[in-house]
Amino acid sequence: MMMPLLLAAPLIGAIVNGLILRPATAKRAGVIASIAALTSFASVMVQHFAPDAGPFEWTWFTVGELTVKWSFASDPLTWMMCAVVTGIGSLIHIYSIGYMSHEHNAYRYFAYLNFFLFNMLVLITSTSLLGMFVGWEGVGLCSYLLIGYWFEDINKAKAGMKAFIVNRIGDAGFLIGIFICYQLFKTLNFAEIAKLLDTQTFDVRMLNLAAFFLFIGAMGKSAQIPLYVWLPDAMAGPTPVSALIHAATMVTAGIYLICRMNGLFLVAQDTSLFIAIIGISTALLSALIATSQRDIKKVLAYSTVSQLGLMFLALGCGAYLAAIFHVMTHAFFKALLFLGSGSVIHACEGEQDIWKMGGLKKKLPSTFLTFTIGTIAIAGIPPLAGFFSKDMILYSALTAKSYGTTFWILGLLVSFLTAFYMVRVWALTFLGEYRGDKHPHESPATMLIPLYILAFGSIVAGFLGMPEGLHLLPNYLEAFLHPVLGPLVEGHGALSEERAMAVATVSAIIACSLGFYFYSKPERSETPGKILVPFKTVFENKFWVDELYGLVIVKPFDALCAFFAKFFDPNIIDGLVLLPSKAAQGMGSLLVLLQTGIVQTYLLFFVFGLLVLFMVLLKGVVL
Amino acid sequence: MSNFSSVYWTQFIAIALIGLGMVGFLIRRNAIVVLMSIELMLNGVNLLLIEAAHRSGSADGTMLVVFIITIAAGEVAVGLGILLNLYRIKHSSDTELYKELQG
Amino acid sequence: MGMEHLLLWLVTLPLIGALVCFALTDELSKYFALVVTLLGWVLAFFVYQGFDSAHATQLQMVFNYPWLNSMGVSFGLGIDGISFPLVILTKLMMPIAILASFNEKKFMRFFMSCYLVLDSAMTGTFLATDMVLFYVFWELMLIPMILLIGVWGSEQRVFASVKFFIYTFAGSMLMLASIFYLFSQTHVQLGQYTGEIAAFTKLNFSPVEVFWGLNAEKLVFLGFFIAFAIKVPLFPLHTWLPDAHVQAPTGGSILLAAVLLKMGTYGLLRFAIPIAPNAFVEFSTCVAYLAIIGILYGAWVAYQQKDMKKLVAYSSVSHLGFCVLGICSMNTKGLTGSMLQMVNHGITTGALFLLVGMLYERRHTKKFEDYGGLAAIVPYFSILFVFVACSSMGVPGLNGFVGEFLVFMGAFEANQTWAFVTVTGVVFGALYTLTMVKKTLFGPVTNAENRSLKDVTLKEWAAILPLCILIVYLGLAPNSFLSKFNQSLDTYWAETLKKTALDAGTVK
Repeated sequence: MMMPLLLAAPLIGAIVNGLILRPATAKRAGVIASIAALTSFASVMVQHFAPDAGPFEWTWFTVGELTVKWSFASDPLTWMMCAVVTGIGSLIHIYSIGYMSHEHNAYRYFAYLNFFLFNMLVLITSTSLLGMFVGWEGVGLCSYLLIGYWFEDINKAKAGMKAFIVNRIGDAGFLIGIFICYQLFKTLNFAEIAKLLDTQTFDVRMLNLAAFFLFIGAMGKSAQIPLYVWLPDAMAGPTPVSALIHAATMVTAGIYLICRMNGLFLVAQDTSLFIAIIGISTALLSALIATSQRDIKKVLAYSTVSQLGLMFLALGCGAYLAAIFHVMTHAFFKALLFLGSGSVIHACEGEQDIWKMGGLKKKLPSTFLTFTIGTIAIAGIPPLAGFFSKDMILYSALTAKSYGTTFWILGLLVSFLTAFYMVRVWALTFLGEYRGDKHPHESPATMLIPLYILAFGSIVAGFLGMPEGLHLLPNYLEAFLHPVLGPLVEGHGALSEERAMAVATVSAIIACSLGFYFYSKPERSETPGKILVPFKTVFENKFWVDELYGLVIVKPFDALCAFFAKFFDPNIIDGLVLLPSKAAQGMGSLLVLLQTGIVQTYLLFFVFGLLVLFMVLLKGVVL
Repeated sequence: MSNFSSVYWTQFIAIALIGLGMVGFLIRRNAIVVLMSIELMLNGVNLLLIEAAHRSGSADGTMLVVFIITIAAGEVAVGLGILLNLYRIKHSSDTELYKELQG
Repeated sequence: MGMEHLLLWLVTLPLIGALVCFALTDELSKYFALVVTLLGWVLAFFVYQGFDSAHATQLQMVFNYPWLNSMGVSFGLGIDGISFPLVILTKLMMPIAILASFNEKKFMRFFMSCYLVLDSAMTGTFLATDMVLFYVFWELMLIPMILLIGVWGSEQRVFASVKFFIYTFAGSMLMLASIFYLFSQTHVQLGQYTGEIAAFTKLNFSPVEVFWGLNAEKLVFLGFFIAFAIKVPLFPLHTWLPDAHVQAPTGGSILLAAVLLKMGTYGLLRFAIPIAPNAFVEFSTCVAYLAIIGILYGAWVAYQQKDMKKLVAYSSVSHLGFCVLGICSMNTKGLTGSMLQMVNHGITTGALFLLVGMLYERRHTKKFEDYGGLAAIVPYFSILFVFVACSSMGVPGLNGFVGEFLVFMGAFEANQTWAFVTVTGVVFGALYTLTMVKKTLFGPVTNAENRSLKDVTLKEWAAILPLCILIVYLGLAPNSFLSKFNQSLDTYWAETLKKTALDAGTVK
C-alpha cells in the first residue's frame, strides 16, 4: 500500500507544479514540492513498520515467452536507499525554497526536482534490470534538464548535453549487459537471477562479460574513468541540484546496481578486479585534480568522483556492505558540503572562486559550523561518519584477494589528499580576512535547518556500521543488509583492523594539519603551489583530459559527420542518383546538334538514307 | 552510232542531270538555286522516262512525264510563293538563315 | 452494412469526399475534409473493436468483388495482424495532417482533395488482398504526393517532386516486372491466372541460375526488394527523402514520414519475404548490414544538418533502419519490435514535423541559425519539443523505447556483432536530437524577430495533443495494443520459413 504512495507522491508533485498550477513564486512551488518529497519519506518510514505484502506490478509488454512487467518491491537494501534518497531529497527540497527564492518561474525547477525523485525511486524499487533501466534513463533525463536549467547561457545547456551523452555511452553498455544477462538467465528479475546464480553454474567468461558491460553502465552514471568528465561540468546547474543529484543520489545508482547484482559480481572475479583498479585510479586522479581547483563547487565535484572511486574499490574487492555504508555517510556529508557551499555562494552573490573569499567565519557562523563538521567528516577523523565508512572500505581493500596492500596504500593516499584539499577549501573560504568585494550575509532559516540536520547525520551516521573489533556498538547495518548483501567476509591482510584504523587516523590528522598550516595564513597559501609548480599546472588543468577527448574523439567525429553530410551524401550517393538524369541530359545535348534547323542538313540525311536503301536492295544483284 | 551507245548516252546525261541537281540542292545557299536544282532533278527523271518509253515502245513513260511536268509546275509556284514570304521576313534568300527549327 | 463492407467504406469514403471537395468553397472544404477524416477515426475504431485478435494470422473482414475475371483479378480487401496496426496508424494521422494544413493560402479545395485521395490510396495499399489491386493503389499513392510536394511545397518543390516520383517509380517498375513473372507462373503452376496474394506464396521457383548467380526466386525477390528498399528508405537508396521532406508542406511531410515510409517495410513483410523466403534468407545478412549502416549513417548525417526538416528526415532514415534490422533478425522479438517501431516512429515523427511546421508557419524559415533561445519565449512549445525529442531518443516510459529495445534483443539473438554495433546508435540518436533541441530552444535569443513569436494555438494543440497522449500510453502500456495483433507476429517466421531449408531451428 505504501509503495504506490511512495512513487506517486513526487510524480504528482511534478505534474502539479509543472503542468497544472505553475505557481508564480518559488516559495509556493517549493512548498508543494517539499510536501511531495516529505510524503515519500514518510511512506518509507511507515513501510519499515508495515511492510507491503508483495510486489506492486502490472504487465508492460509480452512478446512470445518474454513477459516484462512494471514491478516495484522493497527489501532491506531498497529500503535503505529509499530512506537516504527521500530523506536527503526532502531536506534539499526545503533548502531550495530559500536558495531559489529570487528565481523567476522556479516552478520548473521544483517540477524537475520532484520528477527526478520519482525516477530515482523507480530505479531503486524496480525488481528487474529493465525496470531499473527505466529509472536509470529517467534520472539521466532529469539531470540533463536540471544542469541546463539556466538555459539562456548556452554553456550551461552544453554542460547538460554533455552529461546526457556521456551517460548514454554508459547506457549503451548497460543494454548489452542486459542482453547478455537475458541470454544467460532467461529472466531479468533480480530475485530469480540471484536464485539461478546460487543453484546453477554458468560459463565464467560469459558472467564476466555480463558484469563488465553492466559496469560500463555504472561507469557512466557514477562518473568513473573514462566517463567521469560530465560531472565537473555538471556544476553549471543550481547548487542544490549538485547536492542532490551529483552527490547524494544519482551517482550512487551505479553502486546500487552492482550491489543489487552482487551474486553476479561475486562470481565474476576478473571484472571485479577491473572495477577495483578503475575505482582506485579514478579516486587518485580526481583527488589530485581537486587539490588545485579554484571553484568551490569544482573541488566538491572532483571530491565526489574521488569518493565514488573509493566505493568502487570496495565493490571490486567484494565488500558490498562497505560501499553501501559509504554511500549513506557520503550522502550526508557531501550534501552538507554542497549545501554549505551553496549557502556561501548565495551569501557572496554568486562568487565561486575561493581565492576571493575568506573570513566568512564571522559573517556566516551557522554555515561555518556545519561546513566544519562536514569537512571533519569527509577527512575521516573519528568519531564522525566518514571515518567508519572509509575505514571499512580501506580494510576490505587491505584484505582483498589480490593486490590488497597496493590498494590499501593508494586508498590511504587518496584519504590523505581528501583531508588535505578539504581543509584547504575550508581554510581559504572561512578563515583569515575577507578578500572579495561583495557583502556576505547569513542565509535564511529554510537553508540553515537542512544544514544542521545533515550535520547531525554526518556525526552519528557512522555509528550504524561500526566494526566488530572495537566492541563498542553492534554493526546494525550489516545485520540489516545481511539478507541481501551476504555477510561481511573477514579476510586476512597485512595489518589488523585496529592497526589499519590507527594508521588512517594518523594520516588524516597529518593531512589536516598540513592543510591548516599552509592555508590558514595568506602568506603561506602560495607555498604548496610554488613547491610543486609542474604538478600544480597539471592538476589545475585537470590533466587536460577534456582537451584530450576533444582532440581524439569529438573533433574527428565532427569532421567525419561533416564529411558525410556535406560531401559524401550530396555528391557521391546523390550524385549516383542524379547520374542517369545527367546522362540523359548529356546525350540529349549531343543529339540536339543534329537539329540544325537548316533544310539542307535534313535533305542530306534523306540522301544518305537513299544510298543505304539502294545498297540493301541491290545487295544480291550488284555487290 | 549503234543503238547500244545512244541508250547509254541518254541515260548518262539523265543521271548526270539528277546528280547535278542533287549536289546543287545540298551545296548551294541561294534558295532559288535550290529550287532550280530540284527542277533539274525532275527534268533528269523526265529524260530517263522518255528514253525508257521510246525503247519499250509503250506510251506509259510519256504519260508519266506529262504528269511530272504538270505537278512540277504547281510545285514551283508554291515553292516560289513560300520563298517570297521568307524573303519578306528575312530580307535574304540565304538558306543558312532559315533556322527557326534549330534545337 | 455488415463487417465485410467496413473495409470498403474505409477505402472509398475518402475518395467520395475528395470528389465532393471539388464542388465546395475553399473555407468549407477545409472543415469538410476534417469531418471526413474524423469519420475515418470512427471507422478505424470499429475496425479496432471488430478485429479478432485470436485469429490475427487470418485475413479478416474480407470483401471480394470480381474485377477482371479472365485474369483472375478481383477487388479484394482484407485485414490481418500485419496490416492492422498500419491501417490504424494511417487513419489516425489523417485528421492531424489536415489540421496542420489549415493555413494554406492557395487552391485549398484541391489541396484537401489531394489529401483525401492519398488517404484512400494508402488505406487501399494496406488492405489489398489482390496483387494487381495492390499495385494500382501503390501507384495511386504517388500522384497526390507529387502534387502535394510540387504545388504546395517550398522553393525547390518541383525538383524534389520530380526526383521523388522518378526514383520511386523506377523501383515500382522493377516490382512490376516481378509481378508479371509471378502472374504468368500462376497460370503455369496453378492452372489458372489469379491475383490473390495467398496464391503467390504457394508458387515454387526453379533453381536454374539466369545470370550473375541469380535464380528466378532471387530475381523476383530483388524486384520487390528494390522497390520497397527505395520506399523504406534503406541506405543507399535514401537520397530522395531529405529533398522530399524539406520541400513538402507540413501535412505532406507528416503523412510521408508516418505512413508512406512504412509501405516499404509492409511490402517486405507481405510480399517479398513470403513469396521468396529462400532468397530473403540468403540476402538477410547483407540487408541487415545495410540497415545498420543506415542507422548509424542517418544519425551521423543528421547531426551536421543546418536545416530542421532535413535533420528530421535523416532521423527517419535512422529509425527505419531499426525496423528493417528487426525484420532481418528473423525472430519474434525483432519482428515485434519492428512493428512497434513502425507505429511509434509514425506518431513521434508526425509530432516532430508538426512542431517544425509550427515554427515554419510563423517565421517561414527552417534553418537553425534563424532560431535559438526560444525556450524563454514560447514555454509550451518548448515543453512539447523536449517531450517529443525524448520520445524520439527512446527514453523509457515513452513509446520509442519498447520497440527499440525489442529490436536490440532480436538483433542480439540473431548475431551479437549486430547488437554491439547498433547499440551505439542510442548515443548518436541522443546526440542529434539534443543538438536540435539546443540549437532551437537554448542559449540567448539571437534573432530579434523571435521575440514576438506566439505560443501554441488552440488548433495546434488539437493536432498535437492526441499524439502526445499516445506517446505516453504506448510507452507505459503498449500491451493492450500489442496483444491485438501479436499472434500473427509470433507465428510469422514459423509459417514463412516452412518453405526454406531452415526450419524451426532458427525461430524464436
